[in-house]
Amino acid sequence: MTDNNGGNLTRNEAYRRATGLGSSLRSALLVPTLALITALLIGGLIIAVTDVDVLRLWGDDPGEAFSQTIDSVWGAYVALFEGSVGSTQALSETLFAATPLILAGLAVAVGFQAGLFNIGAEGQIVIGGMTALYIGFTVDAPAIVLIPLCLIGAILGGGIWAGIAGLLRAKTGAHEVITTIMLNFIALFLAQWLLKSTLFQQTGRSDPISKPINESAQFPQIFGSDYRVTIGFLLALGAAAGVHWLMYRSSVGFEFRTVGSNAEAARYAGMNVVWLTVAVMATSGALAGLAGANQIMGLPPYQGSTAFSAGIGFDAIALALLGRSRPAGVVWAGLLFGALTAGGRQMQGVERIPIDLVEIIQALIIVFIAAPALIKALYHVSSADGEGTGQITSGWKA
Amino acid sequence: MTTNVVEPDSPTDAVKVRATPEERRARILGFIYFGLAAFVLYFFALDESSSQDATFRLSLPRDRFQDLELTFNPRLVAIVVAVILAVLGVVQLTRGFGRWANAVLGSAMLLFIVAFLGWAAAGNAFSLVGMLTAMVVLSVPVTAGGLTGLMCERVAVINIGIEGQLLTAAFVATIVGSIAGEWIGLFGAMLSGAILGAVLAVLVIKYHVDQIIAGVVINIFALGMTSFLSTRVLGTNPEYNAPGRFEAVSIPILEDIPVIGNMLFRNNIFLYGTLVLVVLLHIGLFHTRWGLRSRAVGEHPKAADTVGIDVYRMRYLNVTAAGLIAGFGGAALTLGSTGRFEENMTAGVGYIGLAAMIFGRWRPFGVLGAALVFGFARGLQQKLGILGTPIPSEFLSMAPYILTIIVVAGLVGQARPPAADGQPYIKD
Repeated sequence: MTDNNGGNLTRNEAYRRATGLGSSLRSALLVPTLALITALLIGGLIIAVTDVDVLRLWGDDPGEAFSQTIDSVWGAYVALFEGSVGSTQALSETLFAATPLILAGLAVAVGFQAGLFNIGAEGQIVIGGMTALYIGFTVDAPAIVLIPLCLIGAILGGGIWAGIAGLLRAKTGAHEVITTIMLNFIALFLAQWLLKSTLFQQTGRSDPISKPINESAQFPQIFGSDYRVTIGFLLALGAAAGVHWLMYRSSVGFEFRTVGSNAEAARYAGMNVVWLTVAVMATSGALAGLAGANQIMGLPPYQGSTAFSAGIGFDAIALALLGRSRPAGVVWAGLLFGALTAGGRQMQGVERIPIDLVEIIQALIIVFIAAPALIKALYHVSSADGEGTGQITSGWKA
Repeated sequence: MTTNVVEPDSPTDAVKVRATPEERRARILGFIYFGLAAFVLYFFALDESSSQDATFRLSLPRDRFQDLELTFNPRLVAIVVAVILAVLGVVQLTRGFGRWANAVLGSAMLLFIVAFLGWAAAGNAFSLVGMLTAMVVLSVPVTAGGLTGLMCERVAVINIGIEGQLLTAAFVATIVGSIAGEWIGLFGAMLSGAILGAVLAVLVIKYHVDQIIAGVVINIFALGMTSFLSTRVLGTNPEYNAPGRFEAVSIPILEDIPVIGNMLFRNNIFLYGTLVLVVLLHIGLFHTRWGLRSRAVGEHPKAADTVGIDVYRMRYLNVTAAGLIAGFGGAALTLGSTGRFEENMTAGVGYIGLAAMIFGRWRPFGVLGAALVFGFARGLQQKLGILGTPIPSEFLSMAPYILTIIVVAGLVGQARPPAADGQPYIKD
């Protein structure tokens, strides 16, 4: 580690730094794997102790209660497994669910790398999705024109929405955590209002449902109509590659990361911190906007309703942490969370376990990733890797 | 804004000669006053409906003093308000108001609201006392959230997890309250808040987890857990979602004071408790040894450590104890209100509480004042629907959130957090 300027880095070293993988692959994966297993175990415990009928049974017939508990936990996890990777259909569902998660996860990750905590992906998804939606049902053009047009709209919508928070941060010092959360609520109400306006509302409806987008704006399905995974997934992979290039191969990305690690140093090096803060937030918002476009263009009924953002913007935070804010890491984490979501749907449908369990498991994963000492103490393992998240965000100060 | 001292933490000012933030703010305020004056004149004074009188009811049917009303001509009032606002703008731009700037801003806002309410209620009767009572009730959980944040940040721990603490406490209050009665429910809610506070403290103090991430984790966990349990337990067992509520306890004689009696002295223990907490925390923070030590830990932990204050112990103690307050506020959402738990029922109240803390400049009475402003915005949204104004309800719903952004963006002046806020303390 004599050289920190990147001049004499070997390819391997550079790759290891860029991806967080490499020589100590085993130890890099150890904590996340144990975190996942522990979170699943605790999730099982939560399923076990929240079945009210079975809890009542413990007094009368502990043996029966025990076997029923084991049955329901086992059943839940079998459904989770089968719904995520148990068949080609399940795999398609996993990729389908992973698509917006990867895009939104990249959004949060870009922010983290630049020292900004974008909790507002949810709102940016809404605004990006609404923009894509509007273009999708007003413009009549072949898919080759219309799809890119919608995506550009989503990028601009999400980017501008997040850019507001960036501008406020850079100019007034208003912390992005508070402003982006408030922008989430504002975006939701704005969408609610728009969906009921004559501009968006499906004719003949009184509830907030928009007109459907033109057929040529719908994402084509990659493996035919039996599998729901669309070209949106390829878009997500492309975005990950793009973010990788932006952050590690371009000079703008270098400035982003410099601002993130030391804003003062960046300022003295002559970087325009105000512009960079806005640019980082806008980039982040643009990615979230793409996730919003996917929610409109990538799945039936191809129209806007009040809940199309579906909490993806919040899952994205967990995902970015799990992926250590690296593009490749976010893709893997997105696939894992996509599997959890797809499996969770099956679990809810077949075993009647609310899908919110997936949310709990995700929160537990972040805790263990952020505090690896917990995991290490639990399993008595030691590993070279284990800095945890450290201090990613700054306090209230600008 | 009378001096041109270069702030040490903004090096750009040292390089370029330009307006200080205070000067810039004064100029912006001046233009805002002009803008408001024009707005009031165009939308409220010139509007056709403004020719009809607006009536504001100041008493409720059950009050001792009946039929108190305030009636005025909205157009006349709007014109007067517009003139005053324009004068304020001129003075702001030429002389400035110095240390009165915030008081003037507050008065200008109040005048604007008077003109707005007059316009909205033109040709109608509007229960002002009903709205003010709603304002006070709605500010209770916000105040509790703000006080929680304040207690944590005074020892330099940023608590973003207040939202999760409130939500969890609201849930625990409902289910425990349904099984064991509302007092045990309240106790359980406070305990659950404290437990989450302790978890936050362990994560950030012992494991040095980024404070904001630790708080967000608590929020995600709380939302997932309460939604999960709400579907799985409350959905199939509705008897667990029906706790007794804390009914209003009237305070004799005081309750008969017009308007104020309804707002303050005919309420449930959550309002009384919150007001007592504000006073206690103020005395505690600024007039006791505990307060001095807390503030020392928040401003300069190393110095505090040097003189023998146990930094970690103070942080554990305050963050956990603050959780009790969050639990109290969360219980108010169910036991002090509808008596039912709904998924994600906090809807950002915890975050608004944090904004109230910043707005209130990390002082208990400031938090209360800021929370009342947010309560006012919410109360207005609830009661304006009855009047049928042309403003879409969604925009009224946005108001508290827009207000929060304006507040943290420092329109009310930059507030200074405790110096060590957000930084872990690692002993050498």
